[in-house]
Amino acid sequence: MQEEKNIRVLTGNEACAEGALAAGMRFYAGYPITPSSEVAEVLAVELPKIGGVFIQMEDEIASIGAIIGGSLAGVKSMTATSGPGFSLMQENIGFAAMAEVPCVIVNVMRGGPSTGLPTLPAQGDVMQARWGTHGDHPIIALAPFSVAETFALTVRAFNLSEKYRTPVILLLDEIIGHVNEKVNMPDTTALEIIDRIPPAVAPDKYLPYEHTECGVPPMASFGQGYRFHVTGLAHDETGFPTNSGREIGRLIERLHRKIEQNRDDIVEVDAFMMDDAETALVSFGSTARSARHAVRLAREAGKKVGLLRLKTLWPFADKEIRAYAGQIKNWVVAEMNLGQMAHEVEWALAGAAPVKRLNKVDGDPISPAEILQALPE
Amino acid sequence: MFNYDQYLRLNKFPLIWCSGCGDGIVLKSMLRAIHKLGINKDEMCMVSGIGCSSRLTGYVDFNTLHTTHGRALTFATGIKMANPKLHVVVVTGDGDATAIGGNHYIHAARRNIDITVILFNNFIYGMTGGQVSPTTPKGKRASTAPYGNFENAFNISGLAQAAGASYVARATVYNAVQLEKYIQRAIEKKGFSLVEVLSPCPTAYGRRNREGTPVDMILHQKENSIPVSKAESMTPEELEGKIITGVLVDTERPECRTEYQRLIDHLKEEK
Ligand SMILES: Cc1ncc(C[n+]2csc(CCOP(=O)(O)OP(=O)(O)O)c2C)c(N)n1
Ligand code: SF4
Repeated sequence: MQEEKNIRVLTGNEACAEGALAAGMRFYAGYPITPSSEVAEVLAVELPKIGGVFIQMEDEIASIGAIIGGSLAGVKSMTATSGPGFSLMQENIGFAAMAEVPCVIVNVMRGGPSTGLPTLPAQGDVMQARWGTHGDHPIIALAPFSVAETFALTVRAFNLSEKYRTPVILLLDEIIGHVNEKVNMPDTTALEIIDRIPPAVAPDKYLPYEHTECGVPPMASFGQGYRFHVTGLAHDETGFPTNSGREIGRLIERLHRKIEQNRDDIVEVDAFMMDDAETALVSFGSTARSARHAVRLAREAGKKVGLLRLKTLWPFADKEIRAYAGQIKNWVVAEMNLGQMAHEVEWALAGAAPVKRLNKVDGDPISPAEILQALPE
Repeated sequence: MFNYDQYLRLNKFPLIWCSGCGDGIVLKSMLRAIHKLGINKDEMCMVSGIGCSSRLTGYVDFNTLHTTHGRALTFATGIKMANPKLHVVVVTGDGDATAIGGNHYIHAARRNIDITVILFNNFIYGMTGGQVSPTTPKGKRASTAPYGNFENAFNISGLAQAAGASYVARATVYNAVQLEKYIQRAIEKKGFSLVEVLSPCPTAYGRRNREGTPVDMILHQKENSIPVSKAESMTPEELEGKIITGVLVDTERPECRTEYQRLIDHLKEEK
């Protein structure tokens, strides 16, 4: 019997909105910005139809504030933006990390700095996604390379966010956001959907910031009878502010531990023709499309080239890259920025082999031909 | 005697507030008002920004959220939109609500979302040690206005009124009975409601401006308060330096979450 297919033609932004709905997102707050606005436009149509909330806020600071509020009220929440708006959101992203409020922030990257290139692609927010807010904080960031994968990684972003009680950043780029592609829509009833774990104890025993073994405390919602306190100040297990060095240390340590000790669950890398490769490309997002094509062309020319494509940008796939340290003689990192990821690759390899950077920041995508040219002879 | 303890997290005491700070009077008035309304503690959600006044949320036994500076209303908007059954009250300072949070303040009022804002106006940034605020009266001193404030001050009740709030009242901590009544009415009101409370800060404002003891500051409120009804027949010159107290707005306007629910229901019917 042939499997019944549900083929749709979608842009990445539309697939992101669809994926979010499939993941159970029922609260969207945002502020319009190119090239992300279609995410909001789809959700403005769909959310009220299913009883969900769509609200356009007065700016991006308000948008992320609102989604944190929505999430604390028990509803899976998301916002979408691009560079300038992502910059405005940084303080409250830190709040979500500190207060452990699940939420998904979509950043459809455009050229920067400042207003930069509103309609042209870039991948310049890799480091901002990691370190945009102040202080040592954990973060998860994912980057799809196709429309179909945008759907899948949006669902995954919600799952990771709920599982680890943390904000998750989904980094699209302008090309992925706007390109139209065929998507074989998954059966949404068969998707794995993860929800936050509710407390298993009575309200008087509930510790909203308990130092659990897995690092993730169970999460109640406002209005469920738990009457807990949420603050961005350093707090103890009860959630109330503390000045105790011991408690502060335990909190920050756990916030990192819950991501680090589960990094194998979070980090996803797609190894393409890596088995016998001697030269490896490292790339992500739309640039990885060119890289994959370049690998095929190089193979046709008899060159042993492979691609490590990062689906998870943070935590960084250092272990997955290092696994090839003995095999790969030359590395080439292709990205539409001035080497934000290449740095991490160099760190991961610690000098095991030369790392060449292929960077572009003029609003033009990196072509397969350019990648081929960058490969060692 | 009213039993405040039933609403307090006594194990989090002592409060961080200085002795003589007006904020405690507001806290007590607020708890009495909530009690009169008979609101279940589980259904009360209190949200604050950053500042001395905003620390209140840590001490009350409700669903409480202490957010980032100026942003309480954005989180509160999210909560109210996501769960309209919750009573959402925002506790905020003059700097929090009208300097860094000014944009959210006017937009929450414009939306007329069913949130009650209790705005502690002490004319100064208390928490950070007495810097000038958008409500510092002209000529008054602050650590960053050492020669006297050269800027014009905000009329923050007027701002909420102009932006579309359903209920606006101004009170002083001197008249705590009135304050309690206004808070009660504000929470009851469907729509955006504001109670602006003039709450003296003897530490960061009073001392610097030679306003005397905390008691002197409260008596000063008493002597200078003019009810709205009376103020209407007074000239701007006569009202100079006076505190106009009372209910400034009490009206019915479509409320944001209710209107959104109508949309949801309408779309459901269409199906
Ligand atoms: C983004 C940001 N900027 C500045 C501060 C520092 N800050 C903390 S409280 C405060 C002012 C508080 O004044 P107000 O809102 O009037 O409250 P009060 O302390 O007087 O009750 C400032 C500027 C901060 N916490 N966050
Ligand atoms: S500094 Fe002023 S506002 Fe802050 S607690 Fe002291 S008296 Fe109150």
